[in-house]
Amino acid sequence: MKYNAGDYDVAVIGAGHAGCEAALAAARIGMKTVIFSISLEAVANMPCNPHIGGSSKGHLVREIDALGGEMAKNIDKTLIQIKMLNTSKGPAVHSLRAQADRKRYQMEMKHTIEKQENLDIKQAEITKINIKDDKVESIETSVGAVYHVKAVILATGTYLKGKIFMGEFSKESGPDGVFAANELSDCLKDLGIKIVRFKTGTPARINKKTIDFSKMEIQEGDKDIIPFSFTDKAPNIEQVPCYLTYTNEKTHEIIRKNLDRSPLFSGEISGTGPRYCPSIEDKVVRFADKKRHQIFVEPVGLDTDEMYIQGMSSSLPEDVQIEMYRTIPGLEHCEFTRSAYAIEYDCIDPLELQLSLEHKKYKGLFFAGQINGTSGYEEAASQGLIAGINAAREIQEKDPIILHRYDGYIGVLIDDIVTKGTNEPYRMMTSRAEYRLLLRQDNADLRLTDIGHEVGLISDERYKKFLEKKKDIEEEKERIRNKTIKPTEKVNEFLEKHNSSKINNGVKLAELLRRTELTYEDLKEIDDDRPDLSEQVKEEVEIQIKYEGYIKLQNQQVEKAKKLENKLLPDDINYEAIGGIRIEARQKLSKLRPRSVGQASRISGVSPADISVILIYLEQLKRSKKGE
Amino acid sequence: MSTIAAISTAPGVGGIGIIRLSGEDTFKIIEKIFIPKNKNKEIKGYNFKYGHIINPKTKEIIDEVLVSYFIKPRSYTTENMCEINSHGGNIVMENILEICLENGAELAEPGEFTKRAFLNGRIDLSQAESIIDIINSKTQKESKASIKQLEGFLSRKVKSIKDKIMDVMVDIEADIDYPEYNLEGVTEKKASNMLEDVKKDLLDLKNTFDNGKIIKDGIKIAIIGKPNAGKSSLLNALLREDRAIVSQYKGTTRDSIEELMNIDGVPIKIIDTAGIRNAADEVEKIGIQRAKEIANDADLLIAIFDISDKIDDEDLEIIDLIKDRKAIVVLNKMDLVDENCKIDDRILNLNKKIVKISALNKDGIEQINKTISDIFKINEINIDNEVIVTNTRHKNLINKAIESTNNAQISLENNMPMDIVAIDIKNILENLGEITGENVSDNIINEIFSKFCLGK
Repeated sequence: MKYNAGDYDVAVIGAGHAGCEAALAAARIGMKTVIFSISLEAVANMPCNPHIGGSSKGHLVREIDALGGEMAKNIDKTLIQIKMLNTSKGPAVHSLRAQADRKRYQMEMKHTIEKQENLDIKQAEITKINIKDDKVESIETSVGAVYHVKAVILATGTYLKGKIFMGEFSKESGPDGVFAANELSDCLKDLGIKIVRFKTGTPARINKKTIDFSKMEIQEGDKDIIPFSFTDKAPNIEQVPCYLTYTNEKTHEIIRKNLDRSPLFSGEISGTGPRYCPSIEDKVVRFADKKRHQIFVEPVGLDTDEMYIQGMSSSLPEDVQIEMYRTIPGLEHCEFTRSAYAIEYDCIDPLELQLSLEHKKYKGLFFAGQINGTSGYEEAASQGLIAGINAAREIQEKDPIILHRYDGYIGVLIDDIVTKGTNEPYRMMTSRAEYRLLLRQDNADLRLTDIGHEVGLISDERYKKFLEKKKDIEEEKERIRNKTIKPTEKVNEFLEKHNSSKINNGVKLAELLRRTELTYEDLKEIDDDRPDLSEQVKEEVEIQIKYEGYIKLQNQQVEKAKKLENKLLPDDINYEAIGGIRIEARQKLSKLRPRSVGQASRISGVSPADISVILIYLEQLKRSKKGE
Repeated sequence: MSTIAAISTAPGVGGIGIIRLSGEDTFKIIEKIFIPKNKNKEIKGYNFKYGHIINPKTKEIIDEVLVSYFIKPRSYTTENMCEINSHGGNIVMENILEICLENGAELAEPGEFTKRAFLNGRIDLSQAESIIDIINSKTQKESKASIKQLEGFLSRKVKSIKDKIMDVMVDIEADIDYPEYNLEGVTEKKASNMLEDVKKDLLDLKNTFDNGKIIKDGIKIAIIGKPNAGKSSLLNALLREDRAIVSQYKGTTRDSIEELMNIDGVPIKIIDTAGIRNAADEVEKIGIQRAKEIANDADLLIAIFDISDKIDDEDLEIIDLIKDRKAIVVLNKMDLVDENCKIDDRILNLNKKIVKISALNKDGIEQINKTISDIFKINEINIDNEVIVTNTRHKNLINKAIESTNNAQISLENNMPMDIVAIDIKNILENLGEITGENVSDNIINEIFSKFCLGK
């Protein structure tokens, strides 16, 4: 029996990392929002690894924070270890990575949602989305509640027709033993949305008391904690270490012996798995000559003794898993608390989406997170935030927020998946960003706070502070550029001490800062009228001056790219009518309907020649319109 | 679209010429102006017909020709096309073209056939560029180089350079994206060795462009010298060596004539200052001034002096003109003096190659050809063994790649962190990727996963 359960502006289906951001964003912008989860115990769950951030993923989290999202703040509150990665490799690739207290992370996020004005959270399985005239109208739960909504954001993660595998054993299930959602993807299919099958996996968890840590290398967090959020202070916590150990020939032998029992190799799993997230059996097969693989042992939380064994994801049968885990130094007597498994799930082809993450055909239907073929909590949260913002903006009748590839990693991520699609779960990597030096984690606020404020997710108070920070940076850069350092004895002694060549004439302080051997902090000694500035400002000044030349070059590249990005393609453009585009390109363009010439140029199968033809066509169109 | 026509072989070279037509009305026009030997009216694609081109008004026979037919879309432009293979020289071809135009065709703009092929989706940009080069090629050698480029010689060479870079790049990037794995990363030494190696390859590739340019554009030579030094006689002597493929046409410089000859397959354009003589009466007055202008435009100067005469002020101006230029000194009128007569120090001090000739007796002319060949290393240009960059766009990209390589080296020397160096290195790949049309980021990521074992 169906019943009318009420009206909402925005409904979010799924309360993982994408769903939470989407719901919070929509509600904070002022939309009457509801978020559904099949189990409220699974809100913001980390069924895979227990950490947030990492190379390029840390960038995403900072961008989420700059836009007014929640992930950075939530992990700052619940982290138990944190590190700045790549510190020896230059500012563009510095990236934060934190171990989360998994349960506390979940509780904290759930509580934030519960407290949020305009936002209701409900445990229910959504089985149907009703569409009328290509527009979202309502959604239905499995027990017959009908909610009338203006926009729906699908953030179903790995739940759609989820199926887990462990050797010969398999069963329909979501991650972590939660129910799968078996009806919703049929509804999507009925709407003509293409469904593909992806897979991922997770390693076993082991009880700490059965691990011999003396046989492993200890890995500590950073002494000085830098938080994810630009506005958070460093939490005063005792950090918990991680451990490093290795597989060996014995481990590999057991795997090879039992390969025929893996559903991956027997062909039972049809889904495509990610190359960067291979199971241990995948690694052993693909890199047969490698003698050992790194295994990280990570704490799952403070109130639990479960340890996560990164590097040992597997879909082998449980008995084989136990046997092979016990070959690893320190794990000889380990006892599993949960076994490793592979999970297969339904997702959509992101090529059906616009850059706003709205479906190209169905108005009000947004998609975010793993359902779009991505992997990773940070990737999911990024999309959730953008989908939440854009669902709200559509209801407000405002233009969507589109982040470009030069605005942030979030822009790169969304542009990549909706333009090129993906044939494996998509993971963010710094190599994917062409303007890496501009898209640093330290300047995410400088890049995106304006947008966050404009959409209504950054408070006026925070924005005011941000503008002050920006002003401080500019003033200090100006001061450094103009200040002359004279070749006094003290100065040259200082330079000699830092293995830097002496000066004979006065030089600008900025010149000295550009020397690789001198840091902003070092220069304090010869910089007497230095103002008192925050760490964030100092860092920014140092990077912007030190790498000025490189930054300028990338900015020039961006200016060039902007020209094509800003050339928007008319909504009603008929590619069939443009002579000269090759058939393959014509089909792709007609199907994908890119937003701009820039986006069109990134579609595989569209050649520079096709782009030239489109440009000629647009020019003709412009001229003929002028002529009218 | 209209039907277009043009002479598609370069002027002045060879005895066979092709007039091309493309467009809806091609066959209609041909029917009017062409009387095939075989009266069968059926038109088949990729087929020749033998017959005569006539002027339909006068019924006069213009030339004996072969006409080849291409039915749309199976033609270069994807339109209906014909090619008239004429045996006549320039004048005959001009005549045939004129008749085509009188009977409904429009004169094609430069490159319009290729533009149509391109706009009709027949060819992509790099192919178009290469085909434009083929169209412009004036001699066999160049045509060979263009075809090779099309076949991917350049692509393959570029790819081998990219592989060297990629090898290092992937190590850097994997280390950045997976810092938790103790990957080896890339030492400065390794990066620096790679850059040195790559730079050498790029410079080699760039040098082939200069050869390519010689093949493509030819060598421009100006003969300068005071009146009566023997400019015209020398020119005639030079041209007579190769009369079969010499023709005369209007040069690019106003009121000058360019003569075309060829040394070992390389086109040589001689700017004939004799042309000026016809244009103005007061030759003496404007001679030197004009020579200076022309000299600016030339790749090589041939300065001619009358050895039987003393060096005068005008000769001194010539000496001044050539002293910092690529030049050959030709001493003419050897027939009037002793074989070992003294050469003026001011000429000897130029340190230029000196050739003694008698233009009148055609003595020493072969030596001039040889000297030109030596200076431009024409004999070393071996199309069969060399990758040749003939396209300016490609050369620019290679230059950019060299610049990026320099930048990467500077960054390394300045102890910049590896990811900054990586930006420069990636730029090299981007520059080269533009030649071959590949996406650099995707390639790097694919390589990372095939090379390293990473992930949970």
